[in-house]
Amino acid sequence: MTRKISILVVDDEESVRDSLYNWFKEDGYRVECAENAKIALSILESESFDIILADIKMPGMDGLEMLRRIKALKKESIIIVMTAFATVDTAVQALKDGAFDYVTKPFDPDDLSHLVRNATKQISLIEENEVLKVKVATLENIEDLIGVSDVMQKVLKQVESVAQSNSSVIITGESGTGKELIARAIHANSSRKYFPLVSVHCGALTESLLESELFGHEKGAFTGAVYNRKGRFEMADSGTIFLDEIATISPKMQIELLRVLETKSFIRVGGNKEISSDFRVICATNKDLKSMVEDGSFREDLYYRLNVVNIHVPPLRERQGDIPLLVDYFIKKYCMSMNKPPVTIDPSALQRLEEFKFPGNIRELENMIERAIVIGNGKKIFLKDLPIEKSFIESPYESLDDNEKSHIAQILNKYNWNISRSAKALKVDRVTLYNKIKKFDLKPLEK
Amino acid sequence: MSLQNITLISFGRFEQDFLDRLVKNVSHEFNITVRVKEGHIDLSDYYDSVRRQYNGNDLIKEVDAKYSIDSVKTIGIFNVDLFIPILTYIFGQAYLNGRTGIASLYRLSNERYGMIADNEILLNRAIKEVIHELGHTLGLIHCHAPTCVMRSSTYVEDIDQKNYNLCQKCRNELINLLG
Repeated sequence: MTRKISILVVDDEESVRDSLYNWFKEDGYRVECAENAKIALSILESESFDIILADIKMPGMDGLEMLRRIKALKKESIIIVMTAFATVDTAVQALKDGAFDYVTKPFDPDDLSHLVRNATKQISLIEENEVLKVKVATLENIEDLIGVSDVMQKVLKQVESVAQSNSSVIITGESGTGKELIARAIHANSSRKYFPLVSVHCGALTESLLESELFGHEKGAFTGAVYNRKGRFEMADSGTIFLDEIATISPKMQIELLRVLETKSFIRVGGNKEISSDFRVICATNKDLKSMVEDGSFREDLYYRLNVVNIHVPPLRERQGDIPLLVDYFIKKYCMSMNKPPVTIDPSALQRLEEFKFPGNIRELENMIERAIVIGNGKKIFLKDLPIEKSFIESPYESLDDNEKSHIAQILNKYNWNISRSAKALKVDRVTLYNKIKKFDLKPLEK
Repeated sequence: MSLQNITLISFGRFEQDFLDRLVKNVSHEFNITVRVKEGHIDLSDYYDSVRRQYNGNDLIKEVDAKYSIDSVKTIGIFNVDLFIPILTYIFGQAYLNGRTGIASLYRLSNERYGMIADNEILLNRAIKEVIHELGHTLGLIHCHAPTCVMRSSTYVEDIDQKNYNLCQKCRNELINLLG
């Protein structure tokens, strides 16, 4: 902690106030003194102190009453109670009322140093906790959800408005578009943010495993159930449960899930006691649930229960304007995690990324950047560092003829119009290549 | 503010050689002439019969009132057990950025802790304690550097860990304070 800690000494004995004042001043603290509780409370109305050292026995309002009043105003105040007449009862009462510590006068110089050091440590922890809370609250929306494109801005607005409610949400979108990040952002911006966000990847578990995972099990419920185990719904109490790949769950699990969503209670596998849990549910899928309802593979009642709000995350090809920002973000992220100085990206490589269709969406882009940082020269990412297959680059032409013409011209130019080498690269014979040159009226580039 | 003079006032009996060596070392650290005078206070007025110790708060007030002069830093040296009302004992104390400090050798001697008397160790501790209190009168607060003389010492062993000198940070701070 670098800032100056402030201490308020409250004691009716002048000699005690003077002693503590001098002692703390020598330690570099900001110190003020009050001769009774009334004066202390009026000082505290206009000024705040990190630590309050108060005597219990004072004329008028005693230290314990003052402690209660300060705590009622500011719960996190650190108050150390001092007394010359220590009794177990007063010590217990002081600690019950929220005193940080209780000491008997006079104390050893070392005890006083320890006492203040411990209190300072506690203040540091409280402040650190506040900073982390703010960081956690802003982490998801500021750092991870990146997008200036209109489609992404629309999604972010939806996230913001839906976060404040308790409604169930279905997040749809292709694989790799960042559906889980959206779920995290909803949770992080909701009033449930200080409670857990529990994720379950439904597609990765068999029916019986998923049942045990979601509802928990009692000891002996099945072979291998050696201990009682809490289920994910129980763990998500007061928080959010995120069910990824919801379309993969079996019809039996669909019924179970519907019942839990309606009653917010369930029974552990092998158990008989009903357990209640207050959770919010967010689901994600890359399937078209509506058509699954139509063909009967997904329960309609469950669909409507889950689909109170639908957020569709667009594929990366529909938000290509976000690619430079995402590239920049992933470069910073991976350079930092690999302890490398920040690298830049060559404009032609960036242009190629912006043209690429990314069937694997953001996940694919992220992997590409990570790979490029690992294998690159450590200063700049070039096109050669990116594993982009040319076949995935969208051709500007729609007709087969136009594409053929463009490709043959490109190969001819690449081999300086050496017909033998170009024919070999195109895997056609020389005559065929001559015929194509004639058909498309191809000519060497003017130098 | 410029440091014009440092005066050590001895209250009680101290060997001349001990005082001379104390003065020499303090003088060396602050690069200024240090004078020694003998002081006379009736210590019985400051004795607390319940605690069987001497009240450091009252003693420093007395030294400040009777022996301190502006632009001179005065340290009273005693050989009695000092306390302040809130603490069980003190080695010494000073007015921060004031003109007076006090220090006592009582708890600095080895024999107080059941060990063989050692005048060299006692002198070492006394030098550090006097320089420490002088530092406070000059406006220096406690320092976290492990060997800096301005580090807070609550046990005599803590004093042994320190040097006689101010660390570079405290030295720079002192230059600032003295303008």
